[in-house]
Amino acid sequence: MGTPVAPAERRLHIRAGTVVWSLALLLALAGVLGQAFSRGFGNDGNVPTFVIITLNGLSLAGLYYITASGFTLIFGLMRITNLAHGGLFLLGGYVALDIAGQGVPWVVAALGAMVAAGIAGLVMHQLFLRWNQGQDLRQALLTIALSMILADLMLAQFGATPRDFAPPAWLADSLSLPLYGLSYPAFRIAIIAAAVLLSVLFWWVMGHTRIGILVRAGVDDGDMTSAIGVNIQRLFAGVFFVGSALAGLGGLFAGTVLSLAPGQDQAFLVSSLVVVIVGGMGSLRGAAVGALLLGLVDQYASAYLPSFLSNLSALLVFVLLAVVLAVRPTGLWGSAS
Amino acid sequence: MKYRFALSSGRLGGILVIMALCLVPATTSTFFTSAVALPTLWLGLSTASLTFLAGYGGMVSLAQTALFGVGGLIMARLTVEQGWNGWIAALVGVLAATAVGLVFGAIASGSKDIYFLVITLAFAEVIYLYFAASSTFGAHEGINGIEPPAVLGDPVLQPVRMYFFTVALCLLVYVVMKRIARTAFGLAMQGVRDDPERMTALGFHVRAHRMLGFAIAAPVAGLAGVLSAWSNTRMSAGSVSLNVTLMVLAAAVIGGLARLEGAWIGALIYVVFDTYLRGWTGRYMTWLGLIFLVIVLVSPGGLAGLTAQLKGLISMMQQRRQRAASTLSTPAGASARSEGPDHV
Repeated sequence: MGTPVAPAERRLHIRAGTVVWSLALLLALAGVLGQAFSRGFGNDGNVPTFVIITLNGLSLAGLYYITASGFTLIFGLMRITNLAHGGLFLLGGYVALDIAGQGVPWVVAALGAMVAAGIAGLVMHQLFLRWNQGQDLRQALLTIALSMILADLMLAQFGATPRDFAPPAWLADSLSLPLYGLSYPAFRIAIIAAAVLLSVLFWWVMGHTRIGILVRAGVDDGDMTSAIGVNIQRLFAGVFFVGSALAGLGGLFAGTVLSLAPGQDQAFLVSSLVVVIVGGMGSLRGAAVGALLLGLVDQYASAYLPSFLSNLSALLVFVLLAVVLAVRPTGLWGSAS
Repeated sequence: MKYRFALSSGRLGGILVIMALCLVPATTSTFFTSAVALPTLWLGLSTASLTFLAGYGGMVSLAQTALFGVGGLIMARLTVEQGWNGWIAALVGVLAATAVGLVFGAIASGSKDIYFLVITLAFAEVIYLYFAASSTFGAHEGINGIEPPAVLGDPVLQPVRMYFFTVALCLLVYVVMKRIARTAFGLAMQGVRDDPERMTALGFHVRAHRMLGFAIAAPVAGLAGVLSAWSNTRMSAGSVSLNVTLMVLAAAVIGGLARLEGAWIGALIYVVFDTYLRGWTGRYMTWLGLIFLVIVLVSPGGLAGLTAQLKGLISMMQQRRQRAASTLSTPAGASARSEGPDHV
């Protein structure tokens, strides 16, 4: 019958696309590496700059991963697209700033940020999202409405001027690197470390603990998990709390390396979305890869793009999205349903 | 067979709305016409391009504001910096919005529901970031001193011509979109909205239908951008920021995603809030957000769907009363549950 024709055509189509995109990617990579290593590996070459830019990219990726992992965790288990995630991110940052203003240690302020964002998320889930589980568009609209309200209330409470948050004394200095006599802010290294630690923690919890097993079972089949006696609502509430707390943690870090201002909530919501679209919504591994791609593309583009194209660096994110979605419409590790 | 003009309630409503629209410039102040009526019309047009996609195609696209910006800013650039004729520049702006819309549609059409919303949100932000960074389009400053074609007059001091021009375009778009929804293509698009798998099985090309829907909605958003730039005489990246995108979505949902006229109802509410409540309370965004929240919670059909919901409620109460009044026992189970459109 006619059936064998269709898959063959499809395969050819994907191959052509893949070839084009791979070529473009190789070209971009060659451009970056060419500029980085063209003057050799010596101290007077471009390599030290390249190392710094890469570290910038990695610390940005760490920030993206911490924020986006909370989003993707919630989406993976509950299929809730929490578009107020950016609002929780900013709330965490502001709360940390306020608590730290009282003179408490940094770690306490960090915990306060996470708990505040977590509780705000939990309340949101229990009041507005829990009872319309499954109506994902309605839930997304509800979270947009909540994010509008949250953003406006934070504007009233914390003002419109950008504020930032001093790092703890033990992370305030620069760390000297064993490469080319470079030094790099210790706090940014700490962000990279925190992101790596978080991904290891996720890997361990998901793979090796009872909670992880329950979450994975809930992702696969929530009804069946519930039917065998798991209190799935408690699991949902817990995961929503943790996911929101991670947004708060992201806001805390961003408050130090960037700044906290109205609009940051939306900026980080969008970067979280790009990360999870690229990686596949609901996949933690995908979020890590997506964050790395976005962070590095962002930094390399702003440093290595020829000056007449520097206007277009914003469009590179679009190219990244388009490439991934053209090859895999559900992202790198996303599932269709 | 003699054709008789049947005066249905829908037609009567349409005639009343057109009459009211015609009376606005004569009965209200210049300020109201230029600061409330005119923005409502072009914002409604932009919202309508979202409502069309969401209502008939099931695609809640947040990229419409970006296309609005593409249309308006390209037109502005061509007239102000290059000195092009306004009409030709407008045409180029609308065509550019359509082209960008086609690219967006081509990429996003592989996704649906929530994925579609999230992907188009990312697209919208990318366009915003581009406009905000690009000196070609004035970066954050934007482009000022845009003049509409001389025929349309001064949009701020004498907005009447601009107003009637915009009214005419809105009516045209409304009628054409309603018509398209009833064509074979429009019906197929609604099929794709309701059950893409079944439509694929029936031999329809689902992605092509989504893309074509996008291509129809894109010029409408672009046109709204052109009209907005003409009415405001300025436009910047801030006109298409994520805030504005979410505002348009809020307006569309408040008005009702299931009915095209909801777009203008939502736009009116937004503009009235923006104009009058802003001076009254600094927290008008919170109020708008609360209305948005309440609408999503209680009336999935939005304000435009509220009449249908009320009708359903009244008929349900009447049935209950009849059932209670009649001594004969009627078979239970045929309970009349009324709900709004099911896809929101």
